[in-house]
Amino acid sequence: MSALAYDGAAMLGRQLRRVRNNPALVVLVQTMPITMLLFFGYVFGSALAMPGEEYRTFLVPGLLVATAANGIMTGMFQAAQDTHRGVMDRFRTLPVSRAAVPLGQALADLVVSAVGTVPFLLAGLAVGWRIEGPAVRAVAALGLLLLFRFACTWIGIFLGLLTRNEEMAGQLGSATFMLPLLSNAYIPTDDLPDWLRTLAEWNPLSAVTTALRDLFGNSSAPEGAAWPVAHPVAGSLAWCGVLIVVFVPLALRGYARGGR
Amino acid sequence: MTTTYAVLSEGLEKRFGDVRAVNGLDLAVAEGTVCGVLGPNGAGKTTAVRLLTTLLRPDAGSARVAGHDLVREAPAVRRAIAVTGQYASVDGDLTGRENLRLCARLHRVGNAAARADELLDRFGLSEAAGRLASTYSGGMRRRLDLAASLVRRPEVLFLDEPTTGLDPVSRTTIWDAVHELTARGTTVLLTTQYLEEADRLADTIALVDRGRVAHTGSPSELKALIGTYAEVIVADTNVMIKAAAVLDRLTGAEPAFHHERRAVGAVTTDPTLTLPRLVRELDAAGVPLLDASLKPPTLDDVFLRLTDTGAERAA
Repeated sequence: MSALAYDGAAMLGRQLRRVRNNPALVVLVQTMPITMLLFFGYVFGSALAMPGEEYRTFLVPGLLVATAANGIMTGMFQAAQDTHRGVMDRFRTLPVSRAAVPLGQALADLVVSAVGTVPFLLAGLAVGWRIEGPAVRAVAALGLLLLFRFACTWIGIFLGLLTRNEEMAGQLGSATFMLPLLSNAYIPTDDLPDWLRTLAEWNPLSAVTTALRDLFGNSSAPEGAAWPVAHPVAGSLAWCGVLIVVFVPLALRGYARGGR
Repeated sequence: MTTTYAVLSEGLEKRFGDVRAVNGLDLAVAEGTVCGVLGPNGAGKTTAVRLLTTLLRPDAGSARVAGHDLVREAPAVRRAIAVTGQYASVDGDLTGRENLRLCARLHRVGNAAARADELLDRFGLSEAAGRLASTYSGGMRRRLDLAASLVRRPEVLFLDEPTTGLDPVSRTTIWDAVHELTARGTTVLLTTQYLEEADRLADTIALVDRGRVAHTGSPSELKALIGTYAEVIVADTNVMIKAAAVLDRLTGAEPAFHHERRAVGAVTTDPTLTLPRLVRELDAAGVPLLDASLKPPTLDDVFLRLTDTGAERAA
């Protein structure tokens, strides 16, 4: 166990050093959600039935969660890149704890995304979003957000180890942009046709988004929502638990197996 | 004294779908020696290395590396070995120094920073130490990769085509490092397509063809199997027949004529046939000589003669 902690810390250090060596990429990734907040908030916000400021308040938690779901993309790209370039093979031939390499990657991703949340929240405040509940609940919201990010990153690591190919991972990764489109992250699901509403509300992003809106005190779950959205905090925790229980072992096995 | 084998495999097999990449590989590398695994592209060299370094699980057969069972004691194998692959597996997003420090830390080397600097110096990378490895030339990356394998002296070092596509300076650096390591007791298994490389570095050569070892022996043993090519060039075409008769008597092989060069040659496996003797015999027979030579076979000849693939290619 102490070997895992030591190796995991070394791998975490590696990932953070890579980020430091490549700051342009980080800045690009972090400005993306802010750009989307401005575009969606003012373009869609002017066209929707919901008043602009209300829509932007609605949008901030949604974009936080959509950004967290990008952990699938970054996790996948990174793991595929390391495999493709032979870096994973080097680690596999070293006396390193089997879990240390993916764990280091997931933790580094968590650190980077936690830091990246700060400028986004400031941008949110600038466009009129507010924390309208107690601070404890807001902190819980951020904790839940990071837990969701962590779960998504493991899905990505698993997929990246499976595809073993940078380009394919890049292509597949862009498909994660679709996930928030079929959820309540950008639009309310109340007015959707029943079947589509059910589908969207069983999307894990919907539960987490609703939980954030609830914990920030922005709005509560809509009437007649599916169970994970009607009980957003429990629903989010359940989703994160399921994803972690399924994808962490799969990713670890994928790493240990390596070249099939 | 019995020989201890650093690498010992029996009937190792690995299939990818219908392809038997490694098909019953028997390999024995004595401790402290360099074994050159020689074969063409697709012979199964890289798969063999990936099996022996725990990167792949064999479908059949068994192997011990540094005394540990490859499958059941994989962590112990990993502690004893180091691998430098055909594709440099250093992290391009880290600097040269960061790469080495990370490996040193993972190997639990006491003073990781000092060890990294020592290796950077040893492999001529001190000036580039602070640059990202992605900006390195192919030769620099390969040297960094080898340095990463040496943060702690391995018991067995695997080099998969370590100098393929390298400039002469990088190649020499890598060859020197191999010599230095074996002098300190490390066993080296290297795969190569370069006959010259196997000839220079290897104590034994395993000729691999279609996933199995077709022949093993020292470079000179393998060459002895093929024989030496004795060739004389005479001053006048009229004496070629006379020269051929002498060569026939000395070698027992049927001489070949190259009229345009006025050359006659024959293959010999007789170790007592030296150049002075060849010259003396021809002189005694009254053959006016312009030139005479005994050419040892190249490993190319060895390969063409001793493997199925070579035989097919020659046919």
